[in-house]
Amino acid sequence: MKDVTYYPGCSLHGTAREYDESFRGVSELLGVNLHELEDWTCCGSTSAHCTDEALAVALPVRNLTIAAKYDREMVIPCVACYSRFKAAAEEAKEHPEYLLSPYEGKVSLRYALDFFCDKPIIEDIKSKKIKPLSGLKVACYYGCLAVRPPKLTGVKLYENPDHMDRLMELLGAEAVDWSYKTDCCGASLVMTRTDIVTSLSQKILAMAMEAGADCIVTGCTMCHANLDTRQAGLTAEGEKREMPVFYFTELMGLSMGHKDVKKWLSRHVTDPIKLLSNKILI
Amino acid sequence: MNLNEAPIEKNNPFIEEVIKVSNVNIQACYQCQKCSAGCPVVFAMDIMPNQIVRQIQYGRREKVLTSKTIWICASCHTCSVRCPNDIDIAKVMDSLRHLALKSGLKAGEGEIPVFHSVFLDSIKASGRIHELSLILRFKLKTRDFLKDAALGWEMFRRGKIKILPQSFTGGRDIKEIFRAYEKGRGI
Repeated sequence: MKDVTYYPGCSLHGTAREYDESFRGVSELLGVNLHELEDWTCCGSTSAHCTDEALAVALPVRNLTIAAKYDREMVIPCVACYSRFKAAAEEAKEHPEYLLSPYEGKVSLRYALDFFCDKPIIEDIKSKKIKPLSGLKVACYYGCLAVRPPKLTGVKLYENPDHMDRLMELLGAEAVDWSYKTDCCGASLVMTRTDIVTSLSQKILAMAMEAGADCIVTGCTMCHANLDTRQAGLTAEGEKREMPVFYFTELMGLSMGHKDVKKWLSRHVTDPIKLLSNKILI
Repeated sequence: MNLNEAPIEKNNPFIEEVIKVSNVNIQACYQCQKCSAGCPVVFAMDIMPNQIVRQIQYGRREKVLTSKTIWICASCHTCSVRCPNDIDIAKVMDSLRHLALKSGLKAGEGEIPVFHSVFLDSIKASGRIHELSLILRFKLKTRDFLKDAALGWEMFRRGKIKILPQSFTGGRDIKEIFRAYEKGRGI
């Protein structure tokens, strides 16, 4: 059993509920014991860093201070939270004046995708009897903050990453090559400039279709929400089209035979079950 | 270049202000336009990212701080990663938003800063974002109640929208954090 601290963040307790459920489910199957950070609060997200530099540091650091009580890494599935935590931990060193009390803890922060791509976990998946996702063509969509800025994420192939692709291939899926892996979906602009987000999201979906993918896989709550819900009017070659969007943890759970996969997938706005039935995977 | 624009400020306090707040050396820019070439939202901007840098060098404070651009920027960091002169443009955009909010000038994109302030009010009130409350608070400001109502129902049906916020016990810390922020802002 490996013990880690788990910071879910606000979305995973709401619109990204299936990400929380599938992350917990997969962690359990892989012998990862999650300890949800007690009394956690919001990281401040886009709104804090767009408004005030001190607030953008103080809000994540409040959580880091609690996490520092434990000698465990903290795993964060929401990449927007992860990015804020990484940035705040750096800024806190340079700007102690942003904080009410100094932060000295050195909590090791891990993004859930990176965590599951670690060698021991990969070896563990290899040793398990998995149901291969044969015939499923996936376009791995990393979005922005899973790779950028690389000085925070540590991702070397930040223009053309391939770690999610390799994870999907390990599960038996076929990861297609495509050019929109790290293009932005517009994220939180969806609340205010929905037009921009619809345009960016549909471009990403169209490019995944053109590359021959059946579906998109992501590890970002904003990307998932935007791509899953902004498909109205999407067409290819004059025909109405739609494309399921999975969290990578859902496909891990599917191949590892988790009992709740259908429940997770029933929460999507664009139905993914039809595709998986056609491929005889569910 | 538009010769009718205001002349370059010889004494340029704006560039000093931006460098001080962002700690980014924007004087290193040689206008290769790589930031704008890779920007996914440039089509919705009124001033392209490379032009924002130039306008700061020209000292045109009001033009920059009232632009749509600083609010349309989605903080995707593509510009910063690709800049050959290592100018962290995404960070400059953050600093420009902070300066714009402090300046009292009218924002070029009205709803975006309103959304951020509603978002922060939600954190202040309940520590975590309860999405339904956030959306309702925002709709009370914009009065656009029908937008995405059907989608909201679809998401509710699928168990993605929680009716009640979660209990919250970190109130004292959050209040202190916001008190310090409001004091710094003179609110």
